[in-house]
Amino acid sequence: MSTTLYDKIFQAHIVDEIGDDALLYIDRHLIHEVTSPQAFDGLTQKGREVRRPDLTFATMDHSISTRSLAIDACGPANKLQLQTLADNCEANGIQLFPVGHQKQGIVHVMGPELGLIKPGMTVVCGDSHTATHGAFGALAFGIGTSQVEHVFATQTLKQSKGKCMQVKVSGARPLGVTAKDIILAIIGKIGHAGATGCVIEYCGDTIEGLSMEERMTVCNMSIEAGAKAGLIAPDQTTFDYLEGREYAPKGADWDAAVAYWKTLKSDADAKFDIVVELAAKDIAPQVTWGTNPGQVIGVNQPIPAPEDFSDPIDRDSAVKALKYMDIQAGQKLADLTVNHVFIGSCTNGRIEDMRAAAAIAKQGKVAQNVTAIVVPGSVAVKAQAEAEQLDKIFLDAGFEWRLPGCSMCLGMNDDILSQGDRCASTSNRNFEGRQGRGARTHLVSPAMAAAAALAGRFADTRDFIAND
Amino acid sequence: MSNQSSPANAGISVHIGHVAPLNQANVDTDQIIPKQFLTSVTKSGYGKHLFHDWRYLDLHEQEPNPDFVLNKPEHEGASILLTRENFGCGSSREHAPWSLDDYGFKVVIATSFADIFYGNCINNSLLPVQLESAQIDALFEAVAQDPACQVVVDLPQQQVRFNDQVIGFDIAPHHKNNLIKGLDAIGQTLELDAKIKAFEDQQPAWQY
Ligand code: SF4
Repeated sequence: MSTTLYDKIFQAHIVDEIGDDALLYIDRHLIHEVTSPQAFDGLTQKGREVRRPDLTFATMDHSISTRSLAIDACGPANKLQLQTLADNCEANGIQLFPVGHQKQGIVHVMGPELGLIKPGMTVVCGDSHTATHGAFGALAFGIGTSQVEHVFATQTLKQSKGKCMQVKVSGARPLGVTAKDIILAIIGKIGHAGATGCVIEYCGDTIEGLSMEERMTVCNMSIEAGAKAGLIAPDQTTFDYLEGREYAPKGADWDAAVAYWKTLKSDADAKFDIVVELAAKDIAPQVTWGTNPGQVIGVNQPIPAPEDFSDPIDRDSAVKALKYMDIQAGQKLADLTVNHVFIGSCTNGRIEDMRAAAAIAKQGKVAQNVTAIVVPGSVAVKAQAEAEQLDKIFLDAGFEWRLPGCSMCLGMNDDILSQGDRCASTSNRNFEGRQGRGARTHLVSPAMAAAAALAGRFADTRDFIAND
Repeated sequence: MSNQSSPANAGISVHIGHVAPLNQANVDTDQIIPKQFLTSVTKSGYGKHLFHDWRYLDLHEQEPNPDFVLNKPEHEGASILLTRENFGCGSSREHAPWSLDDYGFKVVIATSFADIFYGNCINNSLLPVQLESAQIDALFEAVAQDPACQVVVDLPQQQVRFNDQVIGFDIAPHHKNNLIKGLDAIGQTLELDAKIKAFEDQQPAWQY
């Protein structure tokens, strides 16, 4: 039988079959303060317990300050939410990494760096960017709060099998083209609902050549293409990353685990429902111009006109996006001034992202009209960056160096933009109002964000690399 | 509250109401309920913030935007939301269906839905109805002609009926069954405890 990696992981977790649905066992459940309180509440109301607190890990990330470790730093509502998480974890015996803990971080940064995510696992979290963990060859997807409650009580979820889309990226990556540019180019090609109902498996030599951090950036934004999940088959890069991490198997268990993990790949003749191919050489550093992640262009392309789109819905979306973003068709990105830069998030808040941004930051100073903040994805990322003195580079260049958290990716704390602000952001969503009511978000890679901070407008990161 | 259903899962069958036409594709959950309202730890009270950025001209929700569909007098009391492609994309926040439900919507009709949002609707007894693009156009047209147009959404028969039109729709049998009976999904799964236990017993310890 020729099967895909998705088929294999799905099959291996079927507890029971119910009509067209399967009841899947869930190996890892990650939780945070925003989407869990109502689920705990539901359990309590029904007198139910968390079945496997040992498989469940919690962190504080969305509602916390990036300037202070005090849990009341962002006001009483945020404090109540954080305290509720702490109380619920305590009452149910769940390991929590609260603000100030050395293992705290954005849920999708913290999990992998502790070795909590292993190939072949099923991983869920009440958060759509759970897709990140697919970088390890784990079937990882975001769920709603009712499902969080279902997993608490049963450690299972009902799931129907989705379609499988293969996205193959081939060839050597041009200089200055990052993992963020690859995933933005993919979304630009298939559209931001292009993979609805699908799990994407990313493959091809370009993908195989990516580090784990880069693979996480790619899988992270699977949801921005509408996919349920993204997957990359585990290989030596995956095993090398995991070996020695706190929750990775040790000794004879490690050998048994690796032997199993090596079987986790799509068969050579596996059939995919949809196949999409890209050549790495055609990808340039990307910038979103609109209000959904599929509205994206290479840094040197002109902003498109509504007439450029044949589909009437796309045309309509373009009209609305141009208006909201206050830009004109045909305009050059290099002519757009930015007044905010955000480097961080579960897409680009890892150590390699900090390094890539610092490599540009050290070449100049943040432009006068720009406020630029760098928010590491976890305490561990922050510590590593400081050990490499990257914080000094950022501070010397005029960036702010903050405490870890989701921060301006969604602005549930005080890191929020104002009406009319234009931000070069390494996060994953450029929806209207995402970073603040009336604010305009352009998604870019960490290097592109740093370049925009120095130039005060969008700039081609390749010009900086040439100078490096 | 009985053990079989919570208030949110009261069961739905035939709904009759009128329509609020939100003529826009790709409405994301950040638009449905923005982040500043996600700090609550309860499931209720989100309706007043539904579509906040579009619905109000000010941050404090004192000045309704007269151009926004929910603020138009002819659509007051609408219980069916009509929209287009990819409704509910983006964040997994279940606050989105909670806010639609709290506002008074019982049914959302769209050309397509984002996956997580669709599941969240089912789990909150908010009926997501997917129709073809031309059928959506026809419904928009009917509401434009007569905003008070009564629309019947019949889940058992899987039909949307208005004026003299009858349009069938698809829904997975288990979703339909759960919605009609208002079943408690967790209670159902807990009955399979022995199977879950047997599965757990087979797993190598290093897996976790
Ligand atoms: S960084 Fe942004 S996208 Fe990622 S988990 Fe936090 S809020 Fe969600």
